[in-house]
Formats: sequence, structure tokens, C-alpha cells
Amino acid sequence: MTLAHLPALEVVVPLLAAPLAVLLRRSSLAWAIATAACAFSFAVALLLASEVSAHGPISYHLGSWPPPWGIEYRVDALSAFVLVLVSGIGTLTALYAWRSIAAELPRDQIYLYYALHCLCVAGLLGMTITGDAFNLFVFMEIASLSSYVLIALGRDRRALVAAYQYLILGTIGATFYVIGVGLLYLSTGTLNMDDLAARLPQAASPRAVLAALAFITVGVSLKLALFPLHLWLPNAYAYAPSAVTAFLAATATKVSVYVLLRFYFGIFGLELVAESLPMREILLVLSLVAIVTASLVALWQADLKRLFAYSSVAQIGYITLGISMASRDGLTAAVVHLFNHGVTKGALFLLVGGIALRAGSAGLECARGLGRTMPLTSLGIVIAGLSLIGVPGTAGFVSKWYLVLGAIEAGRWWLVAFVVATSLIAVAYVWRFVEAAYLSAPGGRTPEPGETPATMLVPAWILVAACVGFGLQTSWTVGGAQRAAALLLGGAP
Amino acid sequence: MRRQMVLRVVGKLFIPYMLLFALYVQFHGDFGPGGGFQAGVIAAAAIIFYALIFGLPAARRLAPDAVVEAMVALGVLLYAGVGVAGMVLGGNYLDYFVLDRDPVAGQHRGIFWVEAGVGTTVTGVMLKIFYMFAGRGRGLEER
Amino acid sequence: MSVLGHYSYWITVILMVAGLYIVIARGNLIKKLIGLSIFQTSVYLLYIAPGKLIGGTAPIVADGFKLYSNPLPHVLILTAIVVGVATLALGLAIVVRIREAYGAIEEDEILAADRDRGAGA
Repeated sequence: MTLAHLPALEVVVPLLAAPLAVLLRRSSLAWAIATAACAFSFAVALLLASEVSAHGPISYHLGSWPPPWGIEYRVDALSAFVLVLVSGIGTLTALYAWRSIAAELPRDQIYLYYALHCLCVAGLLGMTITGDAFNLFVFMEIASLSSYVLIALGRDRRALVAAYQYLILGTIGATFYVIGVGLLYLSTGTLNMDDLAARLPQAASPRAVLAALAFITVGVSLKLALFPLHLWLPNAYAYAPSAVTAFLAATATKVSVYVLLRFYFGIFGLELVAESLPMREILLVLSLVAIVTASLVALWQADLKRLFAYSSVAQIGYITLGISMASRDGLTAAVVHLFNHGVTKGALFLLVGGIALRAGSAGLECARGLGRTMPLTSLGIVIAGLSLIGVPGTAGFVSKWYLVLGAIEAGRWWLVAFVVATSLIAVAYVWRFVEAAYLSAPGGRTPEPGETPATMLVPAWILVAACVGFGLQTSWTVGGAQRAAALLLGGAP
Repeated sequence: MRRQMVLRVVGKLFIPYMLLFALYVQFHGDFGPGGGFQAGVIAAAAIIFYALIFGLPAARRLAPDAVVEAMVALGVLLYAGVGVAGMVLGGNYLDYFVLDRDPVAGQHRGIFWVEAGVGTTVTGVMLKIFYMFAGRGRGLEER
Repeated sequence: MSVLGHYSYWITVILMVAGLYIVIARGNLIKKLIGLSIFQTSVYLLYIAPGKLIGGTAPIVADGFKLYSNPLPHVLILTAIVVGVATLALGLAIVVRIREAYGAIEEDEILAADRDRGAGA
């Protein structure tokens, strides 16, 4: 009986944990509740993923109202994949926050952090699991509002300005999305995603549908920080508390990518997206510009958090590059990179958080000589950095490999050269850390920073191990991504 | 504004009726326009009105911060709890049909408790927002 | 007829563009938030106006009424209004904190303050 309710429990448990954490007020109890709720969601996500791969998509009717009247939760190969990523990262960052947030926030505010963390996890999980376009907006706002507050919790006053900018741009993005959904509702009279996909071809006004496509593309692109719309991201990541940066970098933009995939392939359909508007060409150009510009900007950053934030913009470019190919290999690359990059960036930001804790800031000058004083942290950053570059044997290589396969399949050899060449820029910016940590003398800082505390190091190293593990053992990630790609290209989801 | 006799008297006359009207809107929501959102805002407006006339400290004694914060959390718990109750009684999440032997009565019961949760949270949130902004401005002036 | 007959769409478009313009063109953080609110309000109208049927009543079953307005847009927009209120409250709260930290709510002054400090450090 409980097995049938797993899709609802996936979202409801973290949602319930948030008010409980507020009621309990004690920071240790709030931490325990938040961690337990996230871990429960992670377990449920794994169960759902195995269920989906064995028996196909699961549909859950909220309030027993059948779709298209009621809200439907729908778990398929793609959403199960994203659920595992979000809940897994949510659990690890909650574990990590025990020490990290205690150092960064006043004691009497800590329980609020855990409440917001649970809300944000619930919002992102809800965005992924729901089969209703308007319900997605509601979850999007739950996730966004809590992430604005989480960013504003940063100690630096610039965190406030970053949170404000993200609030303005994020709200514009969400409102654009809701305008698009409104236009779809006006032309079809339904909000259920499957129903929308079935009814759109008969829509009375194709122009309204195209306008909806444009609004949704721009709105979701703001949320996923596609190149010219990425301006909120570097500051938000740089000034938020470390645990928040790691969580948002690994999940928030990825869920938005998921929404884009769902709308492009599950609702509008490839014919409409590719033929009525030059969406694929636009995405391709923006992705290429994003990869080159953001990687180059990352080279000049003096702060590790900002460096990796710009690198995130570039890596999102690789994901959208895969989407723009709209082929089986391209989409596999996009989905698998969504997962692998989430794991890699999560690891990197968790480790950088350790440096920020011990050395006082995440500036590159603080990283001097860390190879000796914080060996495990530095080694972790190097391994995750290799995955970011895409060195064989790491997770990043797997996704780039499929990207290259997709490019070859499309006969675009210059794209292959492009992917390899831009990986070299990633080598350069990861090298800046290596140079500082291993080849420079310690900056003469007193006292010498010690190793990152174990409660922070363990979650980070789990992700580092995952970077290597998913690089060597690719059957789960690539298998899941291939099923997701087949699902996306197979017409109706 | 504590010395304004007219305001005080009018306020004292109005506030009970505002609260009563909030309850009416809350419980009549089943049959006519109304419900937890509107009722919550009206109830919060009554207390904010009280705060404007008798001062923030008086309002904070009437509805202390801890109570307001608990209201925010309890309302959400109540709402989600109704959903879980549906699950426990053999339906799906937020299934009201199973809350009573008669499905229509079950719908009534479900909506009643959900709206109670919404009303509690909305009152709490409105008061919390008001306290936060009003309290902060005061601190700055004193500096 | 068709131009004037669609007046609710015209109002929606005007509000939408005016709101976005304020967000982009104004440097004052509070004014930006007001623009954002106007922008969100236009969406409420976009949803609700088409749901109204001329002559339709509130969708509550009663004798003597056959024509009902579509209740779904109202329910959706009730949620969107709550989201809008939450966004505005959060935005204003952040502006209050920015004012406390910087002593300014003009965007250029805030950016200048951070630049100066960055250069001085």
C-alpha cells in the first residue's frame, strides 16, 4: 500500500519537515529532521527509479482526481533520474551543513536554514515529479523563494544584493513561464502535460502556441542561466553560504534544464520546436558562446567560488549544446551531463566551502600551499577538477564522449574540435588552483589552516568518489540517460 | 496614536466585528465565496489595526512572536496532515473522499480542515511580515 | 471591433510592458519591486479575463442559473497572487536589509559602494 504512495511521499516528506523544523527550533533537532527527510526522499527516489526501469512510468493522482482534471505526479525514466540527483545532493548538503552552517550563521537562525533547505528540496523535487504545467510553476516558486532567502543568508553584505538581483530576474523568469503556460491554457483548455501534448496540434491559433514557446523558453532559460541570461548566477553562488552554493549549483539549474527538456520534447514536440522557430540554431549558438565566454571569464577570477560559478555557466552550455543536437546521442549527453555535472560541481563547491571555513575566504590567494596544509581537500578538488575537464576515467569524460558522438553523428567535425578545444580552457582554470595549492609556498598565513572537519569532508568525498565511480561504471548513468533520451524522442512522454 | 480617543473607541468597536467577519468568511467558504486566504487576511488585518492604534508592543503581547511563528508552521502541518490522513485511510494523498463514509461529507470535512490550515498560516504569515517590517523600522529610528 | 473588443488583452500588454520597463529602467530598488508587481499583475488579468463569460455567474450550483464562468483561472491566480505577495514581501525585506548594510537603495550607489571597498581592500 505504501509503495503506491511513493510519488507523493517523495515531495510531501521534505515539505512536512520544513514546518516541523520551525516548530522544534533547536538547531540540532532541525538538522536531524532535515537530514532524515532528505535521506528518506533519496531512498524513495532510488526505489522509484528502479521501479520505473522495471515497470515503466508511474502515474499518481493527487486527491484521486484523474488527470486531466486533477494534478498528476508522473515519474518516468527522465524525472526519476533527476529526482535521484536532487534528493541525493540534498541529503549530502544537509549532512555537510551541520558544521558549515553553524560556522556561518547566528545560532538562533540555524533552524530556519534547515526549514528553507527542506522547502527548497521539496520545491525542486515537486518541479521534477509533477505532470501539471501550473503545478510546476507553484513548485518553481517554492524552490525559488526559498533559494533567494538561502542566498541572502550569506555573511557578506553583497549576498543581499546578489539575492535581490536573483529575486528580480528569477521572478521575471517564472512570470514569463507562467505567461507561456497561460497562453497554452487559452489555446488548449488544459494544463496536464500529456493532455497538452495531445491537444496542441489541434490548437486554434498556432501563433499563440509559438508565443507560448518563446515565453517559456526565455523564462526557463533565465532560471537555468543560459548564456546572456546568466548574470544573476556568479554573484549568487559567490556570496551564498557554502552549503547553499553547493546545493543550488548542483540542483537548481539542472532542474530547470529538465523543465526545458520536458517542454521541448514532451509537450511542444520536436517538429514544432525545430521547424516553426529556429530554436535549435539559437540554442546551438548561445551554447557555443556560453562555453567560450564563461570559460574565459572563469580564467580571470580571483575567487574560487566565482571561478567555479562561471565554469557552471560554461558547463550548462555543454548541456544545452546536447539539447540543440536533438539526436539520441545529443540528448543522452545532455541528460548524463546534467547528472555528472551536478555531482562534480557539488563536490567542488563542498570542498571550496571547506577552504572558505578554514582559510577565511575562498580567494585564490588563500589556496596557496593548501596541498600541504589541507591535503584531502586539495586532492578532492583536483579529482573533481579532472572530471570538470573531462579526463577519461571521470564522470565528465562520459558526458563529453556522448557529446562528441552526437556531433560525429550529425557530421559536425568542427564541433568535436570545439569540445576538445574548450576543454583545454577548463584545464587552464583548474590548473590555477593546482598551481596555487601545490606549486606555491604557503602565503605565510597564521595560523596555518587545518584540514576540513570530517563532517564536511565525508559528504564532499562521497561526491568526489561518485565523480570517479560514474566515470568507470557508466551503466547506471548512461543507461538511465539513454532511456530518458529514447523517451524524449519517442513522441509523447 | 494611543491618545486619540476617537480612534481608540472606533477601534475597540470595530476589531471584534472584524474578527467575527473573519470567522464567517472562514466557515462560510464551503457554501459561498470565502475561505482560508481571505479569512486569514481579515483576521490579521484586525490585529494589525490594533497594533496601529495601541502600538506594536501591545499587539505583540496579544499575539506573541512565538505564537505567530508556530501558527505559520502549524497551518502548513494541518494542510499536509489532511493529505496524509487521506493516505492513511486508504485513498491517495489529499483524497478527501475517504475522510468520511459518505464521500460528499468527506469532501466537506477535508476542505474544512484544509481551509483551517490555510487560515492559520495566512494569519500567521501576515502578522509575521507586519511585525518584521514594523519592528525593524523602529530599531532604525532609535539609532 | 476586434481591436477594441480585445481591450482586456490590451490592458494586459500595457501593464506587462510598463512593469518590465520599470524593472529595467529604474535604479531605485523599491521602484523595481513595484514594477515587478505590476508585471505580475498583468498575468493575473491574462488568466482571469478569458475565464469570464458575459452573463455567467460565480460557479456555485444554484437554481435558475445555467451559465457559469470558468472557476479554474481564479483558483490558479489565487495561487499566483499568493506567490506575488510572498515575492514582494521577501523583496522588500531584502531591500530593508540592503538599506541597513549600505545606507542606500539606489542601485548605482550600492554598486559604487562595493567597488570602492573592493579597491580599498
